[in-house]
Amino acid sequence: MELNNQGISRREFLKTSGGVALFIGISGLLPHMISCKNNKEVQKILEKHELTAWVKISEDGQVTIYNPAAEMGQGSMTSLPAIFAEEMDADWSMVNVEFSPQESDIYGSDKWSASNKVMLTAGSMITYGYYSIMRQAGAQARYILMHSAAEHWQVPIGDLSTAPGEVINEKDNKRIGYGDLVPYLTMPVSLPEFSEAELKDPKNYRFIGVDRPRVDIPEKVAGTAKFAIDIQLPDMLYGVLERGTIHGASPTLHNESEILGLKGILKLVPFDYGIGIIAETLEQALAAKKLLNITWGETTASGFNSQDCYEAYDKIASGKSAGKVITNEGDIENALKSASKAFSIDYKNDYVYHAQMEPLNVVAQVGADGKSAEVWVGSQQGFDSKLGIPDYLGIPAESVKINLQYLGGGFGRRSMTDFVLEGTGLAREVAPRPVKLIWTREDDVSYGAYRPLTLQRLRASADASGKITGFSHCIVGDGGHLVASGIGIDYYDIPNKYAEWREVSEGIRLKHWRSVGHGPNKFAIECMVDEIATHFKQDPADLRRNLLAKSPRALATLEKAISMSDWYSSLPENRSKGIAFLERSGTLSTGVCEISVDRSTGKISVHHFWSASDAGIIIQPDNVKAQMEGGILMGIGSVLKEQITIVDGQVQQSNFNDYEIMRMADIPDSVETALIESREPPRGVGESGTPLVACAIANAFLKLTGKTLRHLPFTPERVLNALNS
Amino acid sequence: MAAYSLNINNKIFQVDVEEDTSLLWVLREHLGLTGTKYGCGIALCGSCTVHVDGNPMRACAMPVNGLDKNQKITTIEGLSENGDHPVQEAWIEAQAPQCGYCQSGQIMQAVALLGENPNPTKQEIKAYMNGNLCRCGTYLRILKAIELAAGKIAAKT
Ligand code: FES
Ligand code: FES
Repeated sequence: MELNNQGISRREFLKTSGGVALFIGISGLLPHMISCKNNKEVQKILEKHELTAWVKISEDGQVTIYNPAAEMGQGSMTSLPAIFAEEMDADWSMVNVEFSPQESDIYGSDKWSASNKVMLTAGSMITYGYYSIMRQAGAQARYILMHSAAEHWQVPIGDLSTAPGEVINEKDNKRIGYGDLVPYLTMPVSLPEFSEAELKDPKNYRFIGVDRPRVDIPEKVAGTAKFAIDIQLPDMLYGVLERGTIHGASPTLHNESEILGLKGILKLVPFDYGIGIIAETLEQALAAKKLLNITWGETTASGFNSQDCYEAYDKIASGKSAGKVITNEGDIENALKSASKAFSIDYKNDYVYHAQMEPLNVVAQVGADGKSAEVWVGSQQGFDSKLGIPDYLGIPAESVKINLQYLGGGFGRRSMTDFVLEGTGLAREVAPRPVKLIWTREDDVSYGAYRPLTLQRLRASADASGKITGFSHCIVGDGGHLVASGIGIDYYDIPNKYAEWREVSEGIRLKHWRSVGHGPNKFAIECMVDEIATHFKQDPADLRRNLLAKSPRALATLEKAISMSDWYSSLPENRSKGIAFLERSGTLSTGVCEISVDRSTGKISVHHFWSASDAGIIIQPDNVKAQMEGGILMGIGSVLKEQITIVDGQVQQSNFNDYEIMRMADIPDSVETALIESREPPRGVGESGTPLVACAIANAFLKLTGKTLRHLPFTPERVLNALNS
Repeated sequence: MAAYSLNINNKIFQVDVEEDTSLLWVLREHLGLTGTKYGCGIALCGSCTVHVDGNPMRACAMPVNGLDKNQKITTIEGLSENGDHPVQEAWIEAQAPQCGYCQSGQIMQAVALLGENPNPTKQEIKAYMNGNLCRCGTYLRILKAIELAAGKIAAKT
């Protein structure tokens, strides 16, 4: 709906001190509240979007709360609105949740960058990123409702309180529902910014720390939840791309006219790295894709062999030239020189692929004049909340509309925009007809963007008693932050610490993969700790207890995991436990697993997994547990099976036949999660479970067999090699 | 192109498609029954599981020309009126789905399992469900949901 100027001028804007201001405007029947820093921005956005708000209340009492984050199974659709509802004192049975518009000026969080509000669902950041925003906005919504009731009843606001969904005047024994207040809504002269003490007393919480069934589950169970791949538009065409199996290679097509002559094929669209096909039906597009006769050019990746490169990486790690130094505390070289025992061990990890169950896809439509665009997409959003489309088409941001859909998994892959721009590029060719671009599973695997392959050289020094005095970590790999995240060990009490990254460049597409560098780096760090403990005949949990002596929150997770897993008890034949501690997304976790090994096949089975985490305030405990369970299961699958290999630049895997992920037959008997009580701000949990797994398994294996697993994944072949070494 | 008549969720649908078009594309792209999902296209993930005459089948691996018009196809949309089949209710109770993408297929597979074996052991559940992938790692809750559903169905009969 277009707003006329009169509509806007009737609105009132309010600004408050601390970033979040709340706006209520009465236009038509419904009041709208929105939050923004800057009145001019609000005005600009209102000119385009009538329904920009954190909350909408209608006269029948229905409350719609807008979720600014993507929903990819991590529960944002429930947890963020629950925080808002807590302070608003909403009646949950009357609450609906919708995705907010993708307008970062209004719905962004400043936790990504202080100078710039961003909508981005990644790094397990959204609960942390929106916790104070949602509380403040919810409290302000409640204040407006109370203020309006005070005016309506002509009583001081101090006489009023709220119960779920209604304002109460206890003196006169009067109550009015939020919906009934809609006709009387008025704006206070100024809106308070609520201090911690003025917000709800945690002992009265009805949402935070109290499980609410997830709002998105009923439609996911009914099969009616809409993912982008499910969108159907009138007159819609279908698109596919052939991108080859060498990342970045440019195509030369030899049979264009043959393909264009096929039934239903409307257009061929060249991209730098592939050939796009637009067809009337999906099956026509897919059939044509198989018939393309393309030769591929040379590129950086040409000739690269992912299993041979470790030799070169070893030389780089041994070389004199230091890379980018990430940590340098104390004097590591001196510590190593004066050590009573020095260790140097290399760890390796192969590429892994996201394998989100919904292959990448987008539905895109470009205006007939090429000056506007609309897309339906499952995206983890991004620093550009318009996903790069304005630049791609050379049009203003306000001419692009993003319709966010449920994500059939993200794990980092959907924070890229390659597929969004491809779909937009196809749609431009046939504007204004919409195009549904689908990546086949084969496309999704072979043109994936993987967690980087790395070699990690760890060195450590210990004194005669086995106390670790120095710890040095050198990563050789491609991808900057992708390989460096998780290299820090601040929580360990070690006087001399050093970490650096030595860059290589192989031309393989890389991206954040659930827990990013933490997976490989914590694997190396935590295995090293156990190898040192083993050398000094110390219990690995006891050694960690010493290392964490100065980090009480971390230590509490260790103690909890020790007790819940009954760490010190003895186990049946061919069973052992392994332990690991780490920090990810601000959450501290200790994990313990129990494994067995089939010595004839090399198959490792994980029977139990226990984890204890301090993630600050827990919004939805069961959902946190679900995230830990899922993260740990994904971790087990990836550690035991997952591997992308590259031969002569070509990705060798193509589908679930040669890229196997965990199946139900391999699940542990139990995954138990404990959450440490805390009043610290909530931190991320979606990625905390996954990186615990590799190190916990390898450490259990070391204890069971006396042998080390130092190369991810632990395929049966590698396990057998380790056993026979 | 050829015309096909299909019995889906007790309704007769007519489609005009290439002969070897998979049932999956027919359901999703031609008939708009998008609850059935595409995950791999080669019968390895189970996202596209539907029932054909009560048996769980991978729609991605069934060309439409191999189907007989008398065969009864059931998709997630046809499982219950309001998403309240006992298996769906158990799924909600267990809070099983995360992203949800695999869950239509999981539920169709689980309904077939309980049809054949109303009281499966954990091992039987794992074996029967092994073809249905879930990248979000909801397997433990799926297992629990199937046990809950078995109880619900037993209580009803
Ligand atoms: S899409 Fe049919 S089994 Fe994967
Ligand atoms: S719930 Fe996401 S793949 Fe199963």
